[in-house]
Amino acid sequence: MSLPDLVQNALHDALHRSLPAIRPELALCTTIVCLLLAQMILPRWRSGPYWVTLVGAAAALAVLEPWQWLDVPAAERLEIFTGMLVVDGLSVFLRSLLLVFLLLFVLLVWITAVPPRDDAGELFVLVVGATLGMCMMASANHLVMVVLGMEMASLPCYVLAGILRFRKPSTEAALKFALFGAGAAGIMLYGLSLLAGVLGSLHLPTLATQLALLMHSGPTAEQSLLLTLGSLMLAVGLAFKLSAVPFHFWAPDVFEGAPAEVGALLSVASKTAALGLLVRLVLAVTAPAVMAPAATADIGPAADSFPQQTTADADVAGQGSGAPAAIVNSNAARPTAILPDALAPVRRFIVGLLSLLAVVTCTFGNLAAYGQSNMKRLLAYSTIAHAGYLIMPVAAAVALTGGIAPDAPASGGVAVGNASPGQTAEADGPALGHSGDVQTIGERLAPRRIAGAAPASAAQMAVASVLFYLAVYLFMNLAAFSITAVLRNAIGSERIDDYAGLVRRWPSLVVCTALAMFSLVGLPPLAGFLAKFYIFSAVVKAELWLLLAVGGLNTVLSLFYYLRVVRAMVLPPAPNDQSLPETAARRIGRLYCIGVTIPLVALFFWSETLMQWAARAAAGTF
Amino acid sequence: MLQNVVALMSLIVFLPAVAALVLCVLPRGRENIIKLVAMMVTVVVFAATVWIAIPAHTVQRSSEEPGPVAVSVSPTPGRFELGNPHMQNVVRLPWIPAFGIEYFLGIDGISFPLVILTSFLSMLAMAASWTIDRHVKAYCVLFLLLETGMLGVFMALDFFLFYVFWEVMLLPMYFLIGIWGGPRREYAAVKFFLFTLVGGVLMLIALLMLYFSSDLSKLSQQQRAACHIDQPLVVSLTADRTPQPVHTFNMLALAEMGQMPDSPFDRPLLWDKSVGWWAFVLLFIGFIIKLPAVPLHTWLPDAHVEAPTPISMILAGVLLKMGGYGLMRICYPVCPAAAYELAWLVCAVGVLSMVYGALAAMAQKDFKRLVAYSSVSHMGYVLLGLGVWSATAATQFNTTAWKMGMSGALFQMIAHGLSSAGMFFMVGVIYDRVHHRDLDQFGGLFHKMPVYSGLSVGIFFAALGLPGLCGFVGEFLVVLAAWNYHKALAVVAASVVILTAGYILWTIQRVYLGPHYKGPHGEQLTPITAREVAIAAPLLALAIIFGVYPKALLDYMTPTVNHTVQRLAEWTERLHR
Repeated sequence: MSLPDLVQNALHDALHRSLPAIRPELALCTTIVCLLLAQMILPRWRSGPYWVTLVGAAAALAVLEPWQWLDVPAAERLEIFTGMLVVDGLSVFLRSLLLVFLLLFVLLVWITAVPPRDDAGELFVLVVGATLGMCMMASANHLVMVVLGMEMASLPCYVLAGILRFRKPSTEAALKFALFGAGAAGIMLYGLSLLAGVLGSLHLPTLATQLALLMHSGPTAEQSLLLTLGSLMLAVGLAFKLSAVPFHFWAPDVFEGAPAEVGALLSVASKTAALGLLVRLVLAVTAPAVMAPAATADIGPAADSFPQQTTADADVAGQGSGAPAAIVNSNAARPTAILPDALAPVRRFIVGLLSLLAVVTCTFGNLAAYGQSNMKRLLAYSTIAHAGYLIMPVAAAVALTGGIAPDAPASGGVAVGNASPGQTAEADGPALGHSGDVQTIGERLAPRRIAGAAPASAAQMAVASVLFYLAVYLFMNLAAFSITAVLRNAIGSERIDDYAGLVRRWPSLVVCTALAMFSLVGLPPLAGFLAKFYIFSAVVKAELWLLLAVGGLNTVLSLFYYLRVVRAMVLPPAPNDQSLPETAARRIGRLYCIGVTIPLVALFFWSETLMQWAARAAAGTF
Repeated sequence: MLQNVVALMSLIVFLPAVAALVLCVLPRGRENIIKLVAMMVTVVVFAATVWIAIPAHTVQRSSEEPGPVAVSVSPTPGRFELGNPHMQNVVRLPWIPAFGIEYFLGIDGISFPLVILTSFLSMLAMAASWTIDRHVKAYCVLFLLLETGMLGVFMALDFFLFYVFWEVMLLPMYFLIGIWGGPRREYAAVKFFLFTLVGGVLMLIALLMLYFSSDLSKLSQQQRAACHIDQPLVVSLTADRTPQPVHTFNMLALAEMGQMPDSPFDRPLLWDKSVGWWAFVLLFIGFIIKLPAVPLHTWLPDAHVEAPTPISMILAGVLLKMGGYGLMRICYPVCPAAAYELAWLVCAVGVLSMVYGALAAMAQKDFKRLVAYSSVSHMGYVLLGLGVWSATAATQFNTTAWKMGMSGALFQMIAHGLSSAGMFFMVGVIYDRVHHRDLDQFGGLFHKMPVYSGLSVGIFFAALGLPGLCGFVGEFLVVLAAWNYHKALAVVAASVVILTAGYILWTIQRVYLGPHYKGPHGEQLTPITAREVAIAAPLLALAIIFGVYPKALLDYMTPTVNHTVQRLAEWTERLHR
């Protein structure tokens, strides 16, 4: 193939396949440009930045069309830009969360008026830029994109942490954040280079294939050491973004120094993206082809096609252009499916690492939150603890991909199984015996099943539980942070003790706080309980008893400090019983808090759609 | 017709919650109207349960003579059918299909008496709440939410739903103790919350373990129909064509699976113990925290003492029963193997609670604390009655004793619900007047408040277990049953009655008898008001009725209890064959 043809191919691919797939990102870019222009052209239009961002975020969500993507049982997987990014259910789900959060964030900032009005433009440029980076993280399919996405997401956050430039703690926190972030990014980059060096690729599916082959043939001691080191270093970078112990030190200071609105951004959006990335990375490596029965056919062709892919991918890594379109489909036959046992040590390592991280993070976060007197610091530790909970089902998912559990790929099919009639059948024949009927069902079902999609696996369910938790977590934490912000504006304090007697002065807001806090504990009838139930069920399914015990224990531990906030508002008498006169700002602030709290109750009773979406998004990952 | 049943059952459970939401939007300041609305709601709920209780049709069934039985369609659906051991008034609607979770309610002879008890005590407790004068609106809202939680626990047949109702009670209870309680209310409220949450987390773990081990496709169609799973089973296949297990939260189906020959819960889980064993242990700990049994009872004296009077009534009268109900409904039917293996533990914990509770009650100086410890002692009977297993030395399968034990345990729960609620109310009446509860500073109340003292002494005697009053029947049945299981246990259990008599008689002597009142505020010892009589008198009346004519209650319970025990006995026989 001649060079012009290659260029022609690449151009065609980029214009007709790739660009349409990143329409939401393009919308965000346009928003940034419009924001900058608006400041230049109409500097007197005070509410301009708000409107522009609001419209931009809504437009991005509209062109993302999550309702269309997640309406089909298994969304297709689309590698774009020669494999740099991937658009699948997971990416769509995460980006929808990020964009919904962006919308709600703009409204919150508008209501609480946190930056001086003149700074709103800068603030939104940064926030939209960070969201853009997070969207990249959510769809990264290539280690270079991982780094780029993370940096794009992190850099604006450093500035956002110091957005109140005249407050000393704020700038101090921003500096700390930036230093930590730079360190973590450097370490991660080094780790990635080690991985790429051993495995010879940066493209995730290719890298996974290489890893499987390497594990199959038996790595040398040096290779094992390098792989271990590389993945540990990669874990450092991710742990920093997730604020997992021991890389959490920045979190309390940054959350305390930055305004509560920025705290919400860091704790919700940043974590959503980082967790999505974590899920993608570990699953790419450990669960290459659970859902690809075609790949089980024959070892020969798959192995043959393999070196060719590697070469092609090296091109991508090396030049970033001119790669043939064939690479795009390089994931079609992933030979790792035939080497399930070879990956067992990798899985054990990842499960062990993630479990350790989850246990330490969760426990430390909850214990440290106990002694806090500042609401934002408390929420920072709560965020850390929730990172721990969120890592648990990821570990479970990895464990379940490999068949550590006895019937791993077999079970948990109720979720999707019931939803799609193509793969199920009715066992209602009166002649069916007591236990003999099972076989009969199996025989009867066999042809239909092959025709339809394979049922959902337990690992998928574990991933779906992460996604469901993230969606609920968005509202829980946004509610908590927006209440903090609204209260800061009303009573001028963020100390928990100063909330005393608030129930007399502002009962509706106290009810919202109670709902948010108890949802964070995970008590019914609130969505937080359902989310926790979901992730615990994944952990039980994977039979990771230690994780389950720690999760249960931490639920009890966390009760203390969440309860302390509510207690402070409700039980002690108000020091000075002045009432808060109802101003317009307060009324709208209260309405906003109620608005983001309602989903916590509603999602408990009507969770079906969200669960289905999460299950479908997860199904696309495998 | 079916719609009516759905509406009726949902009305009972959710009317209080809906009313609570309505109260939320009512303006503050109209305190009496708010109280009145709350009162009306509890009355309506009670009336609905009483309407169900009016026997519709007596079906003659006897297990001795098989053959066609005269079963005729009940004329009014919704009414309780005496003599029917199975679930009645079943409501089953899908809720969270991803996990097969359903809105699944029903009543049978075990749960229905407790439902009536709950609605009855809620009504009386609401009447007793008339003295609450701080934050009335919030109080009524929380109280009604609490009622929904309690009724839901007794009526839920889906394990997940059961768990949700169980936890829903936590928050209202925390605030009710924490805001309207006594001087150490915050400590007591947090302690209550913490203990119950620990129990709840253990239950959650057990629930998940059972769920993921369950498989509906192992049940025959008849068995599924008996569990009210009437729609066809949907089974999906894995890649290698093995059918996937169909998990369920249906408590009836879980029980069927637990008792079937090749139970899915026999799968070894951890340290050589099966899923069923672990589930039983976790659930047992969770439930005896609520019951409560020694050594997990320490939250109870604090919570009872600090809670306001009506909440103490609810706590003692209803909440403690949930532990016993959970054991009866879930632990025993679902995990019979573990229950059989650990019967000695259940009995031992029961007897320990009885003895320890009685001795601790004797040592108390605080009137309310004494009543609280007497609850620990009395709930020990429930555990002992449940723990008795029919297979003595694996030879004799005499179910009579066992049926007696379980009936006794259930009867004791109802009897204790009446007597302990009455005792707490009586303490509350006197506390409202003199503002202290020091047992040594009372005396001579018979002179100043004769009607009150008469009612109190009656209720205290009912708690003591005097023949002719309700406390006697349950204790007697339990001790008889225990004799068959282990004679020493029965002897100890019977002797506890002496201890009970000791502390109750001593209390009566110190508080009501004697020449004159010794404490402060003697001038405020006014005679009991009509409202207070209206609360205390029904409790005493029922205590007498159930003591003289226990059949009134046993008629409702016996068919289901016998059926449950018979099933478990068959399971034991199979084990030893």
